[in-house]
Amino acid sequence: MKHFKILGSGCKNCTNTADLIEQKAKELGIEVEIEKVTDIAIIMGYGVMSTPGVVIDENVIHAGGIPTPQNIEKWITS
Amino acid sequence: MFEIFTKLADWTTYDLLQLSPTSNFAQALHFFIEDVTKIFFLLILIVFAIGFFRSMLTPERVRKVVAGRSRAVSYPMAVGLGAVTPFCSCSSVPLFIGFLEAGIPLGVTMAFLIASPMINEVAVVVLAATVGWKVALLYVAAGLSVGIIGGLAIEFFKLEKWVEEYVWKIRMGETAIQQVGTSFKHRLIYAWQQVKEIVGRIWLYVLVGVGIGAALHGFIPQSFFIKYASVDNILAVPSAVLIGIPLYSNATGVIPVVEALLSKGVPIGTVLALMMSVAAISLPEMIILRKVLKPQLIATFVSILFVSFIAVGFLFNSILI
Repeated sequence: MKHFKILGSGCKNCTNTADLIEQKAKELGIEVEIEKVTDIAIIMGYGVMSTPGVVIDENVIHAGGIPTPQNIEKWITS
Repeated sequence: MFEIFTKLADWTTYDLLQLSPTSNFAQALHFFIEDVTKIFFLLILIVFAIGFFRSMLTPERVRKVVAGRSRAVSYPMAVGLGAVTPFCSCSSVPLFIGFLEAGIPLGVTMAFLIASPMINEVAVVVLAATVGWKVALLYVAAGLSVGIIGGLAIEFFKLEKWVEEYVWKIRMGETAIQQVGTSFKHRLIYAWQQVKEIVGRIWLYVLVGVGIGAALHGFIPQSFFIKYASVDNILAVPSAVLIGIPLYSNATGVIPVVEALLSKGVPIGTVLALMMSVAAISLPEMIILRKVLKPQLIATFVSILFVSFIAVGFLFNSILI
């Protein structure tokens, strides 16, 4: 199962990003695990300065702004 | 170039709704229609165009180019890039820590954070389109100067001691963000995303700003402003800055108010000081920055800006009358 980490201080864009991924996964019928990371030291540890950031299996794949539905689908299915 | 928006407002107000041009309500409505259409048109156009050409400008990049430069280069760079780099205010904290972690001085980092909300390309173009290039350029020059002066003052007073201790301990990982595609299609998608995100974030500020501008334009007589906001009233500039501190809006959202005040004869320095104060000092931003700055530094930061804005107001009022 894919493990998503959403990096962000809890701002609106961060919650939206987490919701979008969860929604998309449900749509596709794929189970994913989503974890929201709000600890700033951990967020910075990933080298992310613009939130929200998205991490899959310890790889940062996105930083800054809400990701597109196309990208989210790609992350979940690939 | 923008007559089409005036004509649209003319047509709606006087032809379609048959309102009399002398009535207060008609004047307010005319202002509202003209400004809403014009500002949203420009907003979407500029954000899209800039998103298309600038898909690559991120805070991570800024951090890399500013780090390790001499002060003579890093201060102007920080305010310049602060003005044009898009980032959500909720990213202020990681941005702040990331800059310091890269060895960028506190003053330079604060200069970036001061300039960023005050100046952006959308506000500059909308300002130029509504009140002229001269005012827009003055605003940019003043904003960049205040950013540099504010940063230098924080450096001069050695305020690093008022940064929360944990900030200095954070180590940042290697930034390994995948490259965004640079193909035509990717750029279009990115630009459109930027439009959705930025318009989605500021549309309400713009709408409220136009509403206030329209009300001032239609219902408050010029004599009121001449009485209270003329150059002779020494308290006008400090009051404008004070009023602006608790008020918060995106820079673009204040412009209709600026336009209405200038047309009522309020002096330009007073108006620009108000605009800077509204855009730059905001409670939500201070609450976010409180996570990394001690209250003493926040208070100093606000005081420095307060004094700078008043200075800008008096300076412009004295040289431009």
